Amino acid sequence: MSYNNEMIEKYRGNFLKEVTDNVEEGDWVKMCMQCGVCSGSCPLGPHWEHPPQEIFMMIRANKREEVLESTSMWMCTSCYNCIARCPRGLPITHIMHGLATYSRRLGLAPQQQPTAKFAQLFWNNLAKTGRVNELKLGLSLYFMNGFAEGVKTALKMKNIGLNMLKTKRMTPMEMLGGHGCKDAKGLQAILKKAEELENVRIGKSGA
Amino acid sequence: MAKKSYSFYPGCSSQKAASSSNYQVSVDTMCKELDIELNEIPDWNCCSASIGYAGGGELPRLALSARNMALSEQAHAGQDIVATCAACWLATKETQERLHTNPDLLAETNTALAEAGLKLNNDKNIRHMVEVLIEDIGYEELGSHVKKPLEGLKIAGYVGCQTNRPFGIDGESFENPKYLDKMIETVGAEACDSYEKKVSCCGGALAFSEPEKSQALIKDIIESAYDNGADMIVTPCPVCQMNTEVYQDQINAKYGTKFKMPVVYYSTLLSVAYGKSAKEAALDGQIIRAKQLEDIAGK
Repeated sequence: MSYNNEMIEKYRGNFLKEVTDNVEEGDWVKMCMQCGVCSGSCPLGPHWEHPPQEIFMMIRANKREEVLESTSMWMCTSCYNCIARCPRGLPITHIMHGLATYSRRLGLAPQQQPTAKFAQLFWNNLAKTGRVNELKLGLSLYFMNGFAEGVKTALKMKNIGLNMLKTKRMTPMEMLGGHGCKDAKGLQAILKKAEELENVRIGKSGA
Repeated sequence: MAKKSYSFYPGCSSQKAASSSNYQVSVDTMCKELDIELNEIPDWNCCSASIGYAGGGELPRLALSARNMALSEQAHAGQDIVATCAACWLATKETQERLHTNPDLLAETNTALAEAGLKLNNDKNIRHMVEVLIEDIGYEELGSHVKKPLEGLKIAGYVGCQTNRPFGIDGESFENPKYLDKMIETVGAEACDSYEKKVSCCGGALAFSEPEKSQALIKDIIESAYDNGADMIVTPCPVCQMNTEVYQDQINAKYGTKFKMPVVYYSTLLSVAYGKSAKEAALDGQIIRAKQLEDIAGK
C-alpha cells in the first residue's frame, strides 16, 4: 500500500489529527482563531490558492486533498511576517514548510509547481557535497522544465550571469567539483540516519 | 578594546567567487579594524536556508545546523557562533531553539550526529554579525573608528526579513527596527527615516522559482528608496542584496522604470568610512557600482 493510502486508512475522517501527528509544528493548527492577520501580512498573499488562515480552517474541515494538492504552501517566501504578527503565536512559516514536506512525501504535491521543484533541486544540490554549488543550482533551475525552455531561460538570464562573473561572484570552476565539505560522507550518513529516525516517528517505511 | 573572538559560520554564498563573496571581503576588512577575530567552524556545511523542505524533513534539516554547532563546540569552546548571512543565522538559531524545547528531537539529532562521531550539547549563543557590532562593540566604538565620514550621502536601510523576524535584534521592533539607520548615522551619512519598505520581503529564494511575483516585490523596495531620496540601499542580508541589485535591468525592461540603485552591505559602508580602499571594501563586487563610495574611498 502507498504511504498516502496508509495515511488515509489510519486517519480516516480526521485530517487535523493526521496533521498534528505528521506535520512539522502541526499540533499548533488547532490554536488558529481565524483572524486572518497571516493572510493579510503575506507578501505573496494574493497568489495563494488558499491563504494560511483558510488552510488552517480547511485542515479542521477535513479538506485533505484540497489542502495537500494545493500550490498554496509553496508560496511561502519564509519572510516570517505571519509569525511575527500572529496573536496566537502560531509558527505559521514552519507549518507551511511542514505541509509542503508532507505533501511531497505523500506524492500529492503538484508536479509542476516551480518552488516545489526548486526546493528539491536545492536539497539535492546541498546534500551532494554539504555545501550549495550556486552555479550548478542555477543551471539546474533554468533547465528544470526541459532543455528547450532551459536554453530560453539561460539566454534571458545571460546578462545577470555575466555581471556575476565580472564581479567575481560566480565562477565557471564550480562546474568542476567546486566547494564542498571535506567530510561529505559523514554529513550524508548523518542525513540518512536523521531521515530513518523521522520515518519511524511518522510511520513511513524506509522503502 | 581587547580582541573579541567568535566561532564563525560563513555560509555557502560567502565562499570564494560565490554570490556574496564581496560581503565576506568587507566583513574581513571591518573585523580587522575593530579587532574582531572570526574563527571559521571547521568543515561547516549548508544550513538549507529555509528552502530545503521539499527534499529534507524536519530532522534532517535540524541535523544540518546541529552538525555545524557540534563542530563549533568541539573547535571553539566558549565562543559564540556568529553568522553574517541572515538565513544561516536564522536556521542555526531556530535549530538551537527547537532542540532546547524538544528533548526527544535533541536525542534523535544526537543519534544522527553520532554517525559522524559528533555530539551536540546545544549550549552556545547563536548571533548575527550586526548583534556583535551593536551589543559587543557598540555604536560609540563603531563611530570612533570613522576616518572618512560619509557626509552628504542619503541611504535607505533595508533590513529585510530574516535578520528581523522571528528573532530580530534585541530591543528593536519588528515593524520599524532602527539599528541599520543608527549605523548609517554612525558613519556620518543620513538615513531615510521614513523608508516604508524597510522590512518588506524581496521574495527570498522564490526570486529563483517565481521571478515575476518576486520582482514585483523588489520593484516596490527600490522604488520606495528612490521616493525617499536615497543614493543607495544598505542591507545586512546576502539574499536581500542580491535580489535588490541583480534584477534591476529585468525590472526596468518589464515596468519601464530606470532603476540604477546601488545596494551595499553595512560592512561595505563601515569599511569605506574606516578609510579602507575600494578593494578592501569590496566595491569591485558591485554590479551596480556605488560611485559615491568609490569617490570617498579614492580620496
